[in-house]
Amino acid sequence: MTTEQSSVTPSTGKLVIAWALVGVPLGYGVYETLTRVAALFG
Amino acid sequence: MGWLDRERTIAPPGFNRWLVPPAALAVHLCIGQAYATSVYKTALVKHFGASLTEVGVIFSIAIVMLGLSAAIMGTWVDRNGPRKAMFTSAAFWASGFLIGSLGIFSHQLWLVYLGYGVVGGIGLGVGYISPVSTLIKWFPDRPGLATGMAIMGFGGGALIASPVSTALLKMYDPNSGAKGWVASGESVGKLFLTLAVVYLAYMMFGAFTIKVPAEGWKPAGFDPAKVKAASLVTTENVSARNAVKTRQFWLVWIALFCNVTAGIGILEQAAPMIQDFFRQTDGTSLASAAVAAGFVGLLSIGNMSGRFAWSAISDVTGRKRIYMVFLGVGALLYTVLALAGSTTTVLYVALAFVIISFYGGGFATAPAYLRDLFGTFQVGAIHGRLLTAWSAAGVAGPLIVNAFLDAQGKPGALNAASYQPALLTMVGLLVIGFVANLLVTPVEARFHEPRAGRVRSEEPALEA
Repeated sequence: MTTEQSSVTPSTGKLVIAWALVGVPLGYGVYETLTRVAALFG
Repeated sequence: MGWLDRERTIAPPGFNRWLVPPAALAVHLCIGQAYATSVYKTALVKHFGASLTEVGVIFSIAIVMLGLSAAIMGTWVDRNGPRKAMFTSAAFWASGFLIGSLGIFSHQLWLVYLGYGVVGGIGLGVGYISPVSTLIKWFPDRPGLATGMAIMGFGGGALIASPVSTALLKMYDPNSGAKGWVASGESVGKLFLTLAVVYLAYMMFGAFTIKVPAEGWKPAGFDPAKVKAASLVTTENVSARNAVKTRQFWLVWIALFCNVTAGIGILEQAAPMIQDFFRQTDGTSLASAAVAAGFVGLLSIGNMSGRFAWSAISDVTGRKRIYMVFLGVGALLYTVLALAGSTTTVLYVALAFVIISFYGGGFATAPAYLRDLFGTFQVGAIHGRLLTAWSAAGVAGPLIVNAFLDAQGKPGALNAASYQPALLTMVGLLVIGFVANLLVTPVEARFHEPRAGRVRSEEPALEA
């Protein structure tokens, strides 16, 4: 039996929260690292 | 604890598969802290009155345990599903920090070995492989992209843990404003307690968000026949027990081992290496400590972005071709680095950045490569067994580099030429890996799992 995901489901809120929970800390980490990297080109 | 069972995690109709990558990332971002141990290394040396090597053993034990637990627990992870695996990983990872903090507060280094090294290392191994098989099943159309997103988190975890840990150490230590400050042992102990709580919460978010697809589910518009169009991609399945009997498994193992060994060679020495490469005849270096720190940061970003980018690109190029790039182009870049890397800092930094992106890419592309060769049946368990290559490389890489550098002179007196023997040895390793990857062919039918109405012609034996 094969089932297909037929359409985008109304889970946008969950998606935004889930991605924000991992994306915000990751973005902070990348930003902090880039400020250190700046010394390389300064 | 039936609520952790695989059966309880089957996605309902209409579940959005894009909720799965953040669940996987939540786990990998936490366990990626393992790359940020340098933040408190000096503090632990001072606190325990131990040598750098003795404190470095904590990390070595954790990486060895990562490979061992991934190899041993892989089949268990596949059988019990990602939620139970992530929950278990979170329990071990947080317990590792708790036991480690106890060791710090009581001045017992062996407790830190046991806690962060052994117990935490098991959390690392189980956590690393826990979402891989599930992601591949949710994204049969883009397995490289999916595993790349998760494994990118392992590289990215250190980017978060490093500044956060530094800030917490300053907050916990009243003497943090002093000149030449080194964090107190007590502040590191408190840091460990904090990380235990925060990582436990984050990993639980991952465990309770992840779901497995229902039997027979496939994404809208996905045609498995198109996947099969690539010659190395199988629609058959091979068990983990049989996979390790195939020549293909060990060829990929060698390719990964060589790629990781070469990458670790640079990563381990990143900060002193750039200073040594641009050391003047008077002994001073054109690269200051701040520049070296920036270089280490840039490599972290190269490591993380390479995991995502190269793995996603492998969905288009195929896994074997992308590994040929990692190993073949990698060997060329290492040669240029060894012979001409000291001419300009721009060239040096650019070469190192691409090389480290290949290192990360090798990790992230490996699960999809295994899926192509062995099918999805026990790909998590097979991936776990493959990670022993990482453990072996974690020992071999630093050993090779340090042995060559020790023979060249003392730290602080080395220059670019001192690194040539080590780097050219890495070139040799990459060529071996390139040849191993070149020899990868489809797995023979006798290793495939029987399908309904078809039996295996003979019991597979270890290949000659």
